[in-house]
Amino acid sequence: MAAQTKLERSEQINGWLFVMPALVLLGLFMVYPIVWSLWMSFQTGRGMNFSFGGFANIVRLTQDPIFLRALGNTFTFLIIQVPIMLVLALLFATALNDTRLWGRGFFRTAIFLPCITSLVAYSILFKSMFANDGVINDFLLASGLIADPIPWLGDPFWAKVVVISAITWRWTGYNMIFYLAAMQNIDRSIYEAARIDGVPAWARFWYITVPMLKPVILFTSVISTIGTLQLFDEVNVLTLGGPSDSTLTLSLYIYNLTFKFMPNFGYASTVSYVIVVLVGILSFLQFLVARDRR
Amino acid sequence: MSTLDQATELSPAIAARRSNPSFNLLALVSRGLVYLLLSIAAFVSIFPFIWMFVSSTNTAADVLTGKATLGNALWANIVTFFTTVDAPRIFWNSAFLAIVGTVLTLIISSLAGYGFEMFKSRFREKIFGALLLMLSIPFAALMIPLFIMMANLKLINTYAAILLPAIASIFIIFYFRQATKAFPSELRDAARIDGLKEWQIFLYVYLPVMRSTYAAAIIIVFMANWNNYLWPLIVLQTNEQKTITLVIQSLSSAYYPEWGVIMVGTILATLPTLLIFFVLQRRFVEGMLGAVK
Repeated sequence: MAAQTKLERSEQINGWLFVMPALVLLGLFMVYPIVWSLWMSFQTGRGMNFSFGGFANIVRLTQDPIFLRALGNTFTFLIIQVPIMLVLALLFATALNDTRLWGRGFFRTAIFLPCITSLVAYSILFKSMFANDGVINDFLLASGLIADPIPWLGDPFWAKVVVISAITWRWTGYNMIFYLAAMQNIDRSIYEAARIDGVPAWARFWYITVPMLKPVILFTSVISTIGTLQLFDEVNVLTLGGPSDSTLTLSLYIYNLTFKFMPNFGYASTVSYVIVVLVGILSFLQFLVARDRR
Repeated sequence: MSTLDQATELSPAIAARRSNPSFNLLALVSRGLVYLLLSIAAFVSIFPFIWMFVSSTNTAADVLTGKATLGNALWANIVTFFTTVDAPRIFWNSAFLAIVGTVLTLIISSLAGYGFEMFKSRFREKIFGALLLMLSIPFAALMIPLFIMMANLKLINTYAAILLPAIASIFIIFYFRQATKAFPSELRDAARIDGLKEWQIFLYVYLPVMRSTYAAAIIIVFMANWNNYLWPLIVLQTNEQKTITLVIQSLSSAYYPEWGVIMVGTILATLPTLLIFFVLQRRFVEGMLGAVK
C-alpha cells in the first residue's frame, strides 16, 4: 500500500518535471504574448503609449481600405491556391501509387524536391524567372502560347498568378507525400475487387480513394489554410505586396504596421487577431464539413 | 500478389475487355497521359533548381533576359559574392543558429513528449489538449508582443531572441508523444527494477532506443531553423548577425539585383538541405509524415 502511493507520487513528480521546461517556455513565449496581444488589440496610441480604445481598432478595421485589400488578397490566395494544390497533389499521388508505373521513384523524388528549398530561396528563383524578359516569358513566347510578354510582377492580376504558382510549386509535393503514405495503408484488394466488378478508374478514385483519404485530406487542407492565412515570406521577396497592394497579405500588413511605418502596436495586434479568429473559424468549419460527409 | 493476378486472369469481364481493341487503345492513351502529366510535373519541379545552377554562371543581364544555358561568369559571381558579403560569417551564423536551435529543441521537446506519455500525472490530458489548440496560433499574432518583450529584455540582435521562443515546439512535443507510444514499457520497468533513476532511464534507455525518431525530428527542426526568415528579419538588425536567408533576400531586393551573384548565395542557402535530403531521403520523408501517424 505504501509502495503504491510512493509510486503514484513519483509518477506525479516526474510527470511534471519532464514537461516543466517546455511548459515554462511555452507559457512565457506563447501564452503570455497571445494574451498580451489580445489586450493590445483594444489599445490605441503610437509606440508604447497605450490608452484604452475599446472597439476603436475594430471600427478602424472596417474603414481601412488597405486592411480590406489585404484581407481580400489573402482570401483570393486561399480560395484559389489551396484547392488547385490539393487536387494536383491527389492526382500525382494516385498516379504514383500504381506499382506498375515505370520510374515511380524518380517522379516522386522530383515532385517532392521543391519542399527542401527555403521560402526565401525559391521566391528569389521565381522572381528572377518571372522577370519581364525572363525565362518564363521566353518559353511562353517561343511555344506560341502568348504573343506579347506578360508583365508578371508589374501587373496586379499577374502578380497574384505568380504568387499562386510559386506556392503551388513549393507545396504540392509536400501534400502529395501525405496522400501517398495514406494510400499505402489502403488494402489493395479493395481496388482489385472494384476493378473485377468493372468499376471504372475515375469511380474507383472518387468512391474508394477519396473517402478513405478523408482524414488526410482534412489534415492537409487545415495546415494549408493556416499556412496561407500567414503568407509572408513569398510576397515579401517577390512583390513586397505590390503592385498597388495587389499581393499584400495580412501578415505583411501587420509587419508593415509594426516595423515599417510609425509603429502602431495596438492596431497591428487587432489585425493579427483577425488571423487568429480566421484560423479558428476555418479549422472548425473544415472539421464540421468532414464530420458531416461521414 | 500472385493470387490477385490469377483472379484478374480468370475474370471474364476483364478478359473481354482485354480482347477489345478500343479498350486497349483507351488504356494506352490514358497511360500515356499519366506519363505526360508526371513528366511535366517533374520538369516543372526540377527546372528552378537547374535555373539556379545555370544562372550562377551567368551575368545579371543574362539572368534577366532568360538565358538558360551555361555562361562563364561563375568565378566572377563567386568572387563578387565573397567580397560583397562576409560569406563565411553568414554561413556560420546560419549553421550556429540551426544547430544550437535543433539541439535545444530536441532536448526540451522530447523530454516533454516523453513526460506526457510515460507519467500519468494529474491534468496531463487537459494540458496536452490545450497545447494542441495552441498549435494553430499564427506567428503573426505573437510577433508584436514577442518583439516588445525582446526589446525590454535587451535581447534584440542576440541569438537568444531567436532561440528562446523556438525551443519548446508543440509540434515536436506532439511528435515525440506519438512516437513514445511505441516505446516498450517493459524496458522502463526493467530499468526501474535495476534501480535506474527516471532521468537515467530517459538518457540511457529511451534515447538510444528512439534514435530513428530523433533522426527524423532533427531533420525537420534543422530545416525549419535553417530556413527561418520572418522572426530573424525582425530581431537581427546588424550585419554581423545576419543569416544567409536574410542576406540573399536583402541582395535580391536591391534596385538592380546582381542575379548571378545572388544565385551563388541561393545555392549556398539550399545546399545543406539538399544534401540532407539526398543522404537521408527515407528519414526525411518519415519526419515530414511524423505528425499524422
